[in-house]
Amino acid sequence: MNAELQTAAYIAATVLFILSLGGLKDQESAKRGVWFGIVGMAIAVLATIFGPINPHDISLGTVLAASPIVLLVAVVIGAVIGSVVAKRVEMTGMPQLVAMLHSFVGLAAVFIGLNSDLTAHAFPTPAEEVIHEIEIFLGVFIGAVTFTGSLIAYGKLAGRIDGKAMLLPGRHLLNLVMVVVSFILLIMYMNGLGSWTLYLMTLIAFVIGVHMVMAIGGADMPVVVSMLNSYSGWAAAATGFLLGNDLLIVTGALVGSSGAILSYIMCKAMNRHFVSVILGGFGNSTGPAMEIEGEMIAIDADGVAAALEDADSVIIVPGYGMAVAQAQQNVAELTRRLRAKGKEVRFAIHPVAGRLPGHMNVLLAEAKVPYDIVMEMDEINEDFPNTDVVIVIGSNDIVNPAAQEDPNSPIAGMPVLEVWKAKQVFVSKRGQGTGYSGIENPLFYKENTRMFYGDAKASLDTLLQQIQ
Amino acid sequence: MHLVRGLRAEGINIFVRRESVVKIGTPKELFEGEARVAMTPSSAKQLQKLGFDCVLESGAGALAGFSDATYAEAGVEIVPDAAALWEAADIVAKVRQPESEELKYLAKGKTLISFFNPAGNEEGMAAAKTAGANVIAMEMVPRISRAQKMDALSSMANIAGYRAVIEAGNNFGRFFTGQITAAGKVPPAKVLIVGAGVAGLAAIGTSVALGAITYAFDVRPEVAEQVESMGAEFVYLDFAEEQQDGASTGGYASVQSEEFRNAQLAKFREIAGDMDIVITTALIPNRPAPKLWLADMVAAMKTGSVIVDLAAERGGNVEGTVKDEKVVTENGVTIIGYTDFPSRMATQASELYSTNIRHMMTDLTPEKDGQIVHNMEDDVIRGATVTYEGEITFPPPPPKIKAIAAKPKSDVKEKTPEEKKAEEEAALRKAGRQQISLLVIGAVVMGLIGLYAPAAFMGHFIVFVLAVFIGFQVIWGVSHSLHTPLMAVTNAISGIIILGSLLQLGSGSWIVLLLAFISILIATINIVGGFMVTRRMLQMFQKS
Repeated sequence: MNAELQTAAYIAATVLFILSLGGLKDQESAKRGVWFGIVGMAIAVLATIFGPINPHDISLGTVLAASPIVLLVAVVIGAVIGSVVAKRVEMTGMPQLVAMLHSFVGLAAVFIGLNSDLTAHAFPTPAEEVIHEIEIFLGVFIGAVTFTGSLIAYGKLAGRIDGKAMLLPGRHLLNLVMVVVSFILLIMYMNGLGSWTLYLMTLIAFVIGVHMVMAIGGADMPVVVSMLNSYSGWAAAATGFLLGNDLLIVTGALVGSSGAILSYIMCKAMNRHFVSVILGGFGNSTGPAMEIEGEMIAIDADGVAAALEDADSVIIVPGYGMAVAQAQQNVAELTRRLRAKGKEVRFAIHPVAGRLPGHMNVLLAEAKVPYDIVMEMDEINEDFPNTDVVIVIGSNDIVNPAAQEDPNSPIAGMPVLEVWKAKQVFVSKRGQGTGYSGIENPLFYKENTRMFYGDAKASLDTLLQQIQ
Repeated sequence: MHLVRGLRAEGINIFVRRESVVKIGTPKELFEGEARVAMTPSSAKQLQKLGFDCVLESGAGALAGFSDATYAEAGVEIVPDAAALWEAADIVAKVRQPESEELKYLAKGKTLISFFNPAGNEEGMAAAKTAGANVIAMEMVPRISRAQKMDALSSMANIAGYRAVIEAGNNFGRFFTGQITAAGKVPPAKVLIVGAGVAGLAAIGTSVALGAITYAFDVRPEVAEQVESMGAEFVYLDFAEEQQDGASTGGYASVQSEEFRNAQLAKFREIAGDMDIVITTALIPNRPAPKLWLADMVAAMKTGSVIVDLAAERGGNVEGTVKDEKVVTENGVTIIGYTDFPSRMATQASELYSTNIRHMMTDLTPEKDGQIVHNMEDDVIRGATVTYEGEITFPPPPPKIKAIAAKPKSDVKEKTPEEKKAEEEAALRKAGRQQISLLVIGAVVMGLIGLYAPAAFMGHFIVFVLAVFIGFQVIWGVSHSLHTPLMAVTNAISGIIILGSLLQLGSGSWIVLLLAFISILIATINIVGGFMVTRRMLQMFQKS
């Protein structure tokens, strides 16, 4: 395959990738869109494997001919691992999987950068050499941060590392020092002081990745995951520059901007600035929190069932707690039974519900809840006053009225689901404690709120026995 | 009275003169054919509870079915003639606007409560002003919720609406309701009510209750709901222009545009032949009644049909109406132009009207001690008072409380077009400035890169920038619910980094080969795992 045909194949792959992402505008076209992505990837990989190693020097032969055994073994092992993981993963485990896959892209970018440094190059002009060296440095830096950052995110999401934010004293200064040192190392590297500067920078970048994600926790994880998604794209794009490969550049840019937009949407949904999320730390209020009046009143399954019997319209607000308790099947069963009785049942999804953008939608889809009754916050927020019963399952901050009522609250101004405007609210919750963010939730003390204590799954089990 | 009680407590027995108590009197109506009376025995009892004494001209209630004896039983003092009545009473309650011989009885310190037609009764207004009497005109009671209990126009219109249907039935040769009898099938009558005000709604209710198929029309589309709630069908026009909101005009209709009127007439012309009974109730305050049912529509109606024109007093809605008369057209359509429907049901009308008067008195005597407090700060009393202590106080200032409902929120917030335009321009200018400064910065950066970077890099850089733009455009369209699949598929696609490792396979160094091997392996995991898990997720999304 000559270089021109390869370029044509790359163009085809680029178009297919764009179509694949564009297909995600709705559920039906998305199913077709994935196939575009798969075909595009196949075209790109095959065109590379059967293409020349160096487009300028065809006599070197094709990629396949260079070291076929290494290639085949790597691809086969990778494919097997990938398919096993994809089949086995629980939908509640999606955030971890996504984080892990990000780390792979980061690590690959690091390796490619290091390899490029190890391989000798000849440059027609000094400017190209400078650019090449900057590209290596940048690619490795982004890749390294993505790698360790994603590993830590994986650990936090999988529960292997404490999910709380770890706040070192002087952490902003520490980050700044590390970035400055990396920059100095770049200048040293460009002045020909040797590859050790690159290796040292790689280590520092690893530390930056760890430190950055360690300082962010819990409900901010959706931002972190989408940010790492973005970084993995930029890492791929940097690699593309390094290798002079337009397909890598385009694809990396697509992924990078996708992650950036997701981060933006998540930040907006929490009314926070991207920078403040990334710098970590949370919960610094500007004044005393508003006094909460009233008391939490508990209710048992019989009471909830009776209220549901009388209700015509029901809205369910799921949160991370539903995912933790694996209660989505019970929620779906409850939905089916209520709908069979002719009641209107809908779901209200806050953009940052769960630990991954769109996480709740996937869990509900897994439990076979029809997606057309699953609404976004903006679609449904005005319907709460006309709703008979709202069931809050394992969410806390996203239904916290303090965001609107208490200007001193750490989440003041964050858009929230206005569940308290419904006639009756049931909150399924483990106990009386505050949620991840440690913010008191006045919703629990409202007159029309009843607390349905217990593990979400167990609570719904008893509730389902009452509703036939 | 307080003084008297005080004196009694001191053991001084004095004779309390009856004259010291405020008296409310009602004369006999002078208007030809008027049968109503402004005070009934039951309202007299209520008025006495407020601390007043009641006086009645002998025979005032006779036509409404209340004899002097029943009044006397209720504690009402009967006086022989009008002169004596006006002499005795401090407050005179009447139905019809006073005739000229009554106006001369007006005097300082006397209060007249009656229909007064202040806008068209210059003689009466002048007389009341000169005499220094206070006049409360019952038709001027503002249309606010609090004043509904004294809204005599509504209570009379209610009777007129009911009576109009009865009168129509009296002149209509068929059943209202459809019946299937042994003698054959009777189709139900079709009744059209034009104007869904109080009279119109009462007519709708009566007509529906009698079993007729009832249609109703009104220029205020917001009453369609009320019409339909009463069981009638609202006749909609095919008319695009924003129809007026009745709330801004105190719940009354106002004048329509020419186009609107044409659309309305066309609709009436279309349905005229179908209607058996037409009742028109369209009145616009202070204007002659609009002509809505033209001669050709009357001609199009079937023989035996009946039209009742409740607006006959102001010239009528129907061409061919003769005030106070019943006429039959050449094609056998009866047009009824009576103006005395409430009077035709004098007993009922008197009960309701006297209750309105009694509520007015309740508002005028807040302490229930028989002492009038003519509070000109009160919206209702101020609105209804047309002369006060020698001054003409008509027309009143607009009421502070609006009728029916507040305007929609959007109207309240609405800014003038100029303000909006200015704001938009400012926002545009701001956005423009931001964009320009961004573009300048971008151009400087681009220039610097272009100055130093080699040609090959610039080629890649163009591709990169364009790809970022495409990415932003495409990703904004992604549905929120598909964000997780989006992340999974971008994971898979970012596995494209495998290309980089593939290209390094040609290296002779073992360490490069090893690193390339690892990166190919993990990139493959990304590609295969990412695509498979995305497919798995998307399969789960089911429509209901």
